[in-house]
Amino acid sequence: MNPAADIPLWVAVPTALLLLLGAGLALVGSLGLLRLGSFYERIHAPTLGTTLGIASVLAASMLYFSALQTRPVLHEILIGIFMVVTTPVTLMLLARAALYRDRTEGSRDVPLPSPPPQRPGTDASAPDSVIVQSGAEKGRQGL
Amino acid sequence: MSRWRTIVVPAAGLLAIWLLLQGSLSPGSVILGAILATGAAWVLMALDPPASSFRRPRAALGLAARVAVEVVRSNWAVAGIILGRGRRPRTSGFVRISLDMRAPYGLAALACIITATPGTVWVEYDSSENSMLLHVLDLIDGEEWVRIIKERYEAPLMEIFE
Amino acid sequence: MTAALLGWSILVAQLFLGLGMGCAAFRLMRGPRAQDRVLGLDTMYVNATMLLLTFGIRTGSTHYFEAALVIALLGFVATAALAKFLMRGEVIE
Repeated sequence: MNPAADIPLWVAVPTALLLLLGAGLALVGSLGLLRLGSFYERIHAPTLGTTLGIASVLAASMLYFSALQTRPVLHEILIGIFMVVTTPVTLMLLARAALYRDRTEGSRDVPLPSPPPQRPGTDASAPDSVIVQSGAEKGRQGL
Repeated sequence: MSRWRTIVVPAAGLLAIWLLLQGSLSPGSVILGAILATGAAWVLMALDPPASSFRRPRAALGLAARVAVEVVRSNWAVAGIILGRGRRPRTSGFVRISLDMRAPYGLAALACIITATPGTVWVEYDSSENSMLLHVLDLIDGEEWVRIIKERYEAPLMEIFE
Repeated sequence: MTAALLGWSILVAQLFLGLGMGCAAFRLMRGPRAQDRVLGLDTMYVNATMLLLTFGIRTGSTHYFEAALVIALLGFVATAALAKFLMRGEVIE
């Protein structure tokens, strides 16, 4: 007995599209783990799945169960809230851990802890920001 | 006023989560949830969270809408990069941005917004310089990223939290 | 008609998610560094959450939702603890 038999078509089509979109984005994000070159590039890849990807799958699930049980089913929002709150935290923790490990090993591909100390009197002309391109900084000493 | 808010806001959030998990609005689950949520929020007070000055809910809604649009847009951009569309050489790199905002909740919100947007990750915060380190997947012009972060996100967040 | 449409799209979505888990598992095993493995594990958790949600849609049962919620919670705790471990060498100080 298939529960999907009594779902109207106007629910089934968006459910199917949202599922395919979400799963496709998750797949692309996971492929990014394979295809991108360095850790700091790879850390961008899973955000595809954790933002729009899971949002689409949750929307599909909400739509489908609301139609199946003929009442609004909203508890999927909880997973959404939870993902929104936790994903940035885990990624930031991982990025900081990776940066810390690279610095202790003296890697040249990561910027130093803070901009070089300023001599007194040069504060007024201090640049607003310092751009550090990865791999472009040669000759810098590690920690 | 602020003491009242530090209890009621978390309690309302916990009650909403409870009701969503229960999947019902029956009086029993509302009363039980309200008791549990108030108790939990009261326990949270013991942690003594720093006071926030959250103002302008309308600006917050506008910012949330802009972030949602930006997340969808950068999803497509990053998916394109991973699948190898547009065969131009791509560099990724770090940008250090000095911030004007000092409000802790505002900084936390900024960090979450930046990291949740595909293509940018908040890597590090230096509290003595009040600067942050950003990693960008597709870095063309670092100065442009400084401008984007400061104008698009930091200015509205300062308006909301400071 | 609708059952076939849904059935096929769920099947394709599950194949996508399974492939994604495979990619993440490859990164988990190959490394090259510990942070890459943790990132792979985190991605596997997210994909597993989505896979459980699609199983829920396939069977029409809401029990999978609870499992998905638990997996999402565990994924966060595990990744946060592992990142802390990478940084300090200890989880509890």
